Amino acid sequence: MLEIEKLSKKYPTGDLALTDVSLSVPAGQLVGLIGPSGAGKSTLIRCVNRLVEPSSGSIRLNGEDLTRFGKRRLREARRRIGMIFQEHALMERLTVMENVLSGRLGYVGFWKSFFRRFPGQSVAEAFKILDRVGLGAFPNKRADALSGGQRQRVGIARALLQNPDLLLVDEPTASLDPKTSRQIMRLICELCAERGLSAIVNIHDVPLAQAYLPRIVGLKAGRIVYDGPAQGLTPEVLTRIYGEEDWAKTERSEDEEGAGEQETLKVEKVLEAS
Amino acid sequence: MSEATYPTTWTKPKLIPSPVKRYGLYVLIAVYLALAVRDIEFDWGRMTVGLERGWAFLSGFFHPDIRSRWDEIVIGMKESLTMTVVASVAGILISVPFGLGAAKNISHPLVYYFCRTVIAFSRSFQEVIIAILFVAMFGFGPFAGFLTIVVATIGFLGKLIAEAIEDIDPAQVEAIRATGASWGQTFNYGVQPQIMPRFVGLCMYRLDINFRESAVVGIVGAGGIGATLNTAIERYEFDVAAGILLLIIAIVIVLEYASAFVRKRAQ
Amino acid sequence: MKPPVWKRRTSAQSLLAWFSWLLLVAVAVYCWKAMNENTIWEFVKDSPRQIAEIGGRMFPPKWDYFPTLLKPLWDTINIATLGTALGVLLAIPVSYLAARNVTPSLWVLRPIAMFLIVASRSINSVIWALLLVSILGPGLLAGILAIALRSVGFVAKLIYESIEEVDPRQMEAIAATGAGNGQILTYAVVPQILPSFAGISVFRWDINIRESAVLGLVGAGGIGLQLEASMNNLAWSQVSLILLAIFSLVGLSEWVSAKIRHAII
Ligand SMILES: Nc1ncnc2c1ncn2[C@@H]1O[C@H](COP(=O)(O)OP(=O)(O)O)[C@@H](O)[C@H]1O
Ligand SMILES: [Mg+2]
Repeated sequence: MLEIEKLSKKYPTGDLALTDVSLSVPAGQLVGLIGPSGAGKSTLIRCVNRLVEPSSGSIRLNGEDLTRFGKRRLREARRRIGMIFQEHALMERLTVMENVLSGRLGYVGFWKSFFRRFPGQSVAEAFKILDRVGLGAFPNKRADALSGGQRQRVGIARALLQNPDLLLVDEPTASLDPKTSRQIMRLICELCAERGLSAIVNIHDVPLAQAYLPRIVGLKAGRIVYDGPAQGLTPEVLTRIYGEEDWAKTERSEDEEGAGEQETLKVEKVLEAS
Repeated sequence: MSEATYPTTWTKPKLIPSPVKRYGLYVLIAVYLALAVRDIEFDWGRMTVGLERGWAFLSGFFHPDIRSRWDEIVIGMKESLTMTVVASVAGILISVPFGLGAAKNISHPLVYYFCRTVIAFSRSFQEVIIAILFVAMFGFGPFAGFLTIVVATIGFLGKLIAEAIEDIDPAQVEAIRATGASWGQTFNYGVQPQIMPRFVGLCMYRLDINFRESAVVGIVGAGGIGATLNTAIERYEFDVAAGILLLIIAIVIVLEYASAFVRKRAQ
Repeated sequence: MKPPVWKRRTSAQSLLAWFSWLLLVAVAVYCWKAMNENTIWEFVKDSPRQIAEIGGRMFPPKWDYFPTLLKPLWDTINIATLGTALGVLLAIPVSYLAARNVTPSLWVLRPIAMFLIVASRSINSVIWALLLVSILGPGLLAGILAIALRSVGFVAKLIYESIEEVDPRQMEAIAATGAGNGQILTYAVVPQILPSFAGISVFRWDINIRESAVLGLVGAGGIGLQLEASMNNLAWSQVSLILLAIFSLVGLSEWVSAKIRHAII
């Protein structure tokens, strides 16, 4: 269903994040993508929905090459690809329901979405999914009032409301405690099974990956160095993926603060604008 | 299917939940707008002239004319720029003691209230009001403009210096005071280093603002390019007016870059 | 923190420092001379007498003139409020064009928006009013437009800066659902900037109350008209009452604005 062929990505900074990556994911399969920080995991899944523009190679979804799509067709293709983000990337100041309904934005016109007039069917579906992820009681709560695990559930609900064929999941558990991490991973796997979705799941934590994901792809310095069943992750394979020295490499710091409650009006700014 | 059991509509909770209060607010706003707009007198006949002149002004920006009134522009600009420099220097010098006096954490209560009152007065009045009073008292010309800008600078810098001092880390001051230092020494070692970069930045902002103010006080006779501009507009020489405005804008841009540069160096 | 030992500057550095100060003093003295070329010192020397006389005539303020000021005060508030509203409305598209991360055109529309912003900020509202009175004729409309034109730059600058500080992950998350650019704006950008947007508008309204009090001096309506008339008639006891009224209005608006901004946070 998803076929990635000879995909390469070179950032304008010169970082060669991916080199000739080829990967094929059949319908309904869950793939765990593991590798040290900076291996290119995020880059790979972001290339699939072209949040990052690939430098070369092709990405076929249901036979069509996404890399050739213009703006309009790309938007249509993105509707079929759900994405779950590392720090959930919810709209903090909007309600849970708005966050979930935003999964349908690709299907709704600008003014309808502006006035929050989503089709009845989408609304019912949103309530149903919220129930399924265990947040049925909070449609009107603001996202910034939720706990980390709850926020990630909203992120999952948003992706599912897209009714996607494929889920891209970027370190869903990175900011969660171990227990919540397992709950979230289990939820994602169950939902994929219920709906027959394929998924690529970036994940740091090898035991967690082994426990939930049948197929593992190991990425190292932008190249695939392992592709096989979870049981095949022998200590020798793990050294091949992680190799001692790479442990020292630190992740690009994506800091926590975001745009939450930083400013109102700083004196200096006002003066400059005066 | 169980889908039927889920509601098919959802409305976002309103910012003001009570409908009475919410619609009450809408009505209030509508009534206010109606009353306020009713008082504006539209003179449709005048509008056609207005459109013509507005167009003349806008197109003046595309062929500005600074040649035909060059001499007057030079005199006005010279007055504005010199006024800016002198008033900024004097204003900064005077605002420092006011700023110190208005900082609650280092000042005596009596001094504090005196300084705060002066600052509050100076901040409440737009510079043009101060300028007409000074013109009445000191006669026409840039001297009145100079005094105006000094007063405005005291209000502005005095307040911000005071706030900068009130924001400082008291531990550092305590540490100096604990050595038995005098008030002056404590200030010099404990306070001054903490506020210096901020102070330099504020002075640079003020220089920029002072130039812009020096360009208006001329309208009420207090010297500077404002007088030249006023004359041009009164004669409906919109291309001259546009030329002068573009000059002002250019100087403001230069001052802004200079100020950003100095602030970076002061960090 | 201060280093434990105070190090003297090197002699070259201190020479340079002295030289800079000297230069500054020289420039200031030169400017003082140049500025006062046309100053008539007779008037300045006479000023203590003038001040005493004007001061004496200002007190007591002519209280029974106050009812005449009610309508001009109302007009002043309206100029500020409608002008701010219009300015904020105009500032929205300008800030959209100026914000680096959302602008539809980095090399054409963004520079134009930046120029509009700096032009609007460089020109004092009294100058705008002067122009508009000459274009449209005297009245409230000129005042409202003057306030609006002066506010656009201030508001647009602060808004576009807060747009540039928006969390980009939220924008990506919305883009990933297949949403269009307009939807990315309304779902991911607008909610993030809404609080500062409201704060900025209220803050500008407060400034505008102060500004609209003088626009009447050039014929653009509001209490400035009364001030102009009273000054022309040398009716200083009316002038003092008008100043008192402006002072109170400004104090009130500052209080209201602080209250509202507090509520927003
Ligand atoms: N926006 C970017 N600009 C430049 N280089 C980037 C960017 N994002 C990632 N990189 C670089 O690409 C490489 C892969 O990064 P990433 O895909 O985030 O790895 P992972 O998700 O496996 O930690 C790293 O070397 C990183 O520094
Ligand atoms: Mg990553």
